[in-house]
Amino acid sequence: MIRALSITRSIHDWLYSSMSENMAYFIEMVLIAIVYLAIFAVAGLFLVLIERRVAAWFQLRIGPNRVGFQGLLQTMADALKLLSKELTGTEKADKFLYNLAPYFVIITALMALAVIPFTQDFQAFDINIGILFLIAISSIGVIGILLGGWSSNNKFALIGAMRSGVQTISYELSIGLSLLTMILITGSLQLSEIVEVQKSGWLIVQGHIPAIIAFMIYMIAGTAETNRAPFDMAEAESELGAGFHTEYSGMKFAYFFLAEFINMFIIAAIATTVFFGAWLSPFGITESIPILGVFWFLAKAMVLVFLMMWFRWTFPRLRVDQLLTLEWKYLLPLNLMNIVIMALIVWLNLTIQF
Amino acid sequence: MGSEAIIVFLIAGIVLVAGANFLSNLISHKSDNPQKREPYESGMTTIGPTWVQFKVGYYLFAILFLIFDVEVAFLIPWAVVFKDFGAIAFIEVLIFLVILGLGLMYAWKKGALKWE
Repeated sequence: MIRALSITRSIHDWLYSSMSENMAYFIEMVLIAIVYLAIFAVAGLFLVLIERRVAAWFQLRIGPNRVGFQGLLQTMADALKLLSKELTGTEKADKFLYNLAPYFVIITALMALAVIPFTQDFQAFDINIGILFLIAISSIGVIGILLGGWSSNNKFALIGAMRSGVQTISYELSIGLSLLTMILITGSLQLSEIVEVQKSGWLIVQGHIPAIIAFMIYMIAGTAETNRAPFDMAEAESELGAGFHTEYSGMKFAYFFLAEFINMFIIAAIATTVFFGAWLSPFGITESIPILGVFWFLAKAMVLVFLMMWFRWTFPRLRVDQLLTLEWKYLLPLNLMNIVIMALIVWLNLTIQF
Repeated sequence: MGSEAIIVFLIAGIVLVAGANFLSNLISHKSDNPQKREPYESGMTTIGPTWVQFKVGYYLFAILFLIFDVEVAFLIPWAVVFKDFGAIAFIEVLIFLVILGLGLMYAWKKGALKWE
């Protein structure tokens, strides 16, 4: 439940005082769902704009800046345009799976968003196996991509989906293992407890060398997991058209697009939570004002999102074999060794704590 | 919120996609012609079936992933309680990771990690 802001507490009290318990409970659930859908949509649209502005900046262009203040309404206009576009699709497609695929990607992205601790108690779903839940949910997302690519009955889409599948499952190992390295310090999978541990120093400081290695592995794997450049084999424009969503048009394409950006945010948000103290302010400078936690969380997440956009315009696209070599022959052995080092450091109490 | 959050978010996701699809169907422009319903392939008509047996290399990596992901699932409970056990947990996992590493070496040696 969201308890952080005093306004939500007063809404909660008002609901329970003015109607029967079941009704109040139901309305509260609906409100939470609406809040998260709003976060989902706003974050997605905002990130698309940021991506375009950053891309323009890297290429010495201006980027969209006409619709609304600094182009803030540009992506809103794009979303409306996509909504009014015709939903075409191929006659040969497996209709049921073709329509099912967007549900998978959207629902998994939304569920992953639920466990992100935006600030103290601003977390819809504080589950005691939070990290495991995130890893599990992100594995389901790839099923949506595979379904979409396979059911389209299009050769580009099929190749794109297969590449995306092999890439996502490979890099998922690195995500899991690098997060596991950090769990050694926290001794808990619950995200709120992971934040609690970081009150005596962010985990990247507490774990020093192995934590920094784990963070680097995590960012590389996270970029690959979201199919972003330089790992965007799945939608390599020059060879595959649009990759797995070649046959999707209008709003159905928008789901994949939105989910991709939300997934990027989720990767950054997990990194923020596990490595950079989530909503904790540096040196506890604003601890007395809990609402600023949201600001700190988003600021840290945005820096990491910017890092991922930076990757995109810095590195050339990899080939499939290079991609798999990087994961299986470099990152995975490095990760296994890193776990041993981290275990040694935790065992010998060599962590840095303030 | 407890575990009912899963249900709430599941319903929210379904409502989002179904609602936007419905809205799109309502306001979108519609024009139909047979060529539009062809699969896209750079302007040509697709030759042959798409749903064919695909390159086996992808499945090989899927199997490797399955093995290693199960190992990750084994390691997670260990990582959670590691602090309480210390030396014994460290040595046991060292043995476990060495066996895992040997497995990776074997796959590497056999050429399972090679992409051709």
